[in-house]
Amino acid sequence: MTFAQKVLSHASGRQVSPGEIVNARIDVAMSHENSLLVIKAFGEMGAKVIWDPDKVVILFDHRVPANTVKTAEGHKAVREFARRHRLPNFLDMGEGICHQVIPEKGFALPGTLIVGTDSHTTTYGAFGAFATGIGATEMAAVWATGELWLRCPETIRVRMNGVFQKRVSPKDAILYVAGDLGADGADYACVEFTGDAVDRMSVAGRMVLANMSTELGAKAGIAFPDDKTAEWLSKRTTRKWNAVFSDPAAEVKDEFEYDMSSLGPQVARPHRVDDVVSVEEIEGKTIDQAFIGSCTNGRMEDLQAAGDILRGRKVADSVRLIIVPASREIYLQALDGGILADLVRSGAVVLNPNCGPCLGAHQGLLAAGERCISTTNRNFRGRMGSPDAEVYLASPATVAASALRGEIADPREV
Amino acid sequence: MIAGRVWKYGDHVNTDLIIPGRYLDDYDPRALASHAMEDVDPLFSRSVRKGDVIVAGRNFGCGSSREQAPLALKHAGVGAVVAVSFARIFYRNAINVGLPVIACPEANILLSTCDEIAIDLEKGTILRTVPHLLVEFNPLPEFLLEILADGGLVFHMRRRFSEWSSPR
Repeated sequence: MTFAQKVLSHASGRQVSPGEIVNARIDVAMSHENSLLVIKAFGEMGAKVIWDPDKVVILFDHRVPANTVKTAEGHKAVREFARRHRLPNFLDMGEGICHQVIPEKGFALPGTLIVGTDSHTTTYGAFGAFATGIGATEMAAVWATGELWLRCPETIRVRMNGVFQKRVSPKDAILYVAGDLGADGADYACVEFTGDAVDRMSVAGRMVLANMSTELGAKAGIAFPDDKTAEWLSKRTTRKWNAVFSDPAAEVKDEFEYDMSSLGPQVARPHRVDDVVSVEEIEGKTIDQAFIGSCTNGRMEDLQAAGDILRGRKVADSVRLIIVPASREIYLQALDGGILADLVRSGAVVLNPNCGPCLGAHQGLLAAGERCISTTNRNFRGRMGSPDAEVYLASPATVAASALRGEIADPREV
Repeated sequence: MIAGRVWKYGDHVNTDLIIPGRYLDDYDPRALASHAMEDVDPLFSRSVRKGDVIVAGRNFGCGSSREQAPLALKHAGVGAVVAVSFARIFYRNAINVGLPVIACPEANILLSTCDEIAIDLEKGTILRTVPHLLVEFNPLPEFLLEILADGGLVFHMRRRFSEWSSPR
């Protein structure tokens, strides 16, 4: 059996095959600002009681601190609901981006089934959890019953072998894969990331792969747990967990193999995540804004990659560099280690941990005709503000190098 | 039965195009509907009529999990979305808010903008009278048709809860 079959069989109490639809018991149910929609649906359904308050996690990250009165009122309504239902895992607005905070607080455990009202919920697959995005209304049904219908996905294996070149990172790898397989290349599938490059990768790097798997259309993106996973989790939870692996003989729909040792920095051009070229093909394009942050690339090693390039130097006068640590934990670590001071001295504006700029919801929006290079996950038209702005996606090193030069630049050459 | 005019769009129509993130602080479905498809077709929300059908290419609704995307389309008057394929979260959300979604590659090839069509969800047919054309598709599984027939997951669950709590 595949990983997906095993997790969904366990969660539904019967053996399932790819293509079958099962009613599965949910281990963790995450939602953010759109909890407001969940609460509305929960009430309209006539539901009264949350099936298991310990398994519900709510936090605010998309528009924090509140950007408009409407947002503030939404936050307030969710806050009151959480209090009334005595939800122990309501984390309000200070912790950071959900996909960083959920693992940090020990909710993303191997072998578990996690749903979240956010497409990048796939991030927890980096810990060997089956994690997938759902809608707000069906989350209300999960809150009420603890169950959800899911189709057991086919499995696609993406094998990454070889050692990354200097200043080439997992973001370049997943952009390359997106360009190769296309935005629906893994539609409905569970993608298993394997190979020696994934084995060597940090937990943060695996989170980049799992996070972006949704940009291939995947239902889940998995890296199998190992000693690094165990060590990472041991600092964050005392709960017991069981790693789940695909059987060696399990049937997979497709397998792809990539050699990382020959991979250079990659950039996705507007307005598609799968329109990917090597940095050499578009270097020299001037930029107005550079953004480092988000659930994809706002972690410590991302800030370090930027710091290595920008320390003691100045961002180009024509560029606004915005940096957002993904969580309070990362923010503190970056403050204590001095990286944020280095980045601020080089000209960066640092924001509190939040999602805002990535989806054009809050802070750092783009004007018509402007061009931004960003470590985020989507470059759709209108994503970061004006529909007439352009967003290029790249790694933290490429974004930092571009901020330095004032144009899209190869991080290996700065 | 769903009946209306066809609005054709291409591949990978993402949820940021269906309803941009800059409007998502407003949860009022009518406000969302007034911006539906704005960045891909500014005329859409003003000209769409009740029952009209979006016919599109591959991977319709890719991107964000925002349920406001199908909600905006539904409240703009869209009767159904027919596409070559759907992104999975959009597909689930559409059914859950009571917006029929039909995977049918032939429809995308054979239908054009402004065609008048009628869709039968149970039988799995799309009928165009002038000029005559009948396209068939695999109907949704029964439990999903039930959710649609109830008007979405909220009403479906409400019915289930009232059945559970009423004396047998």
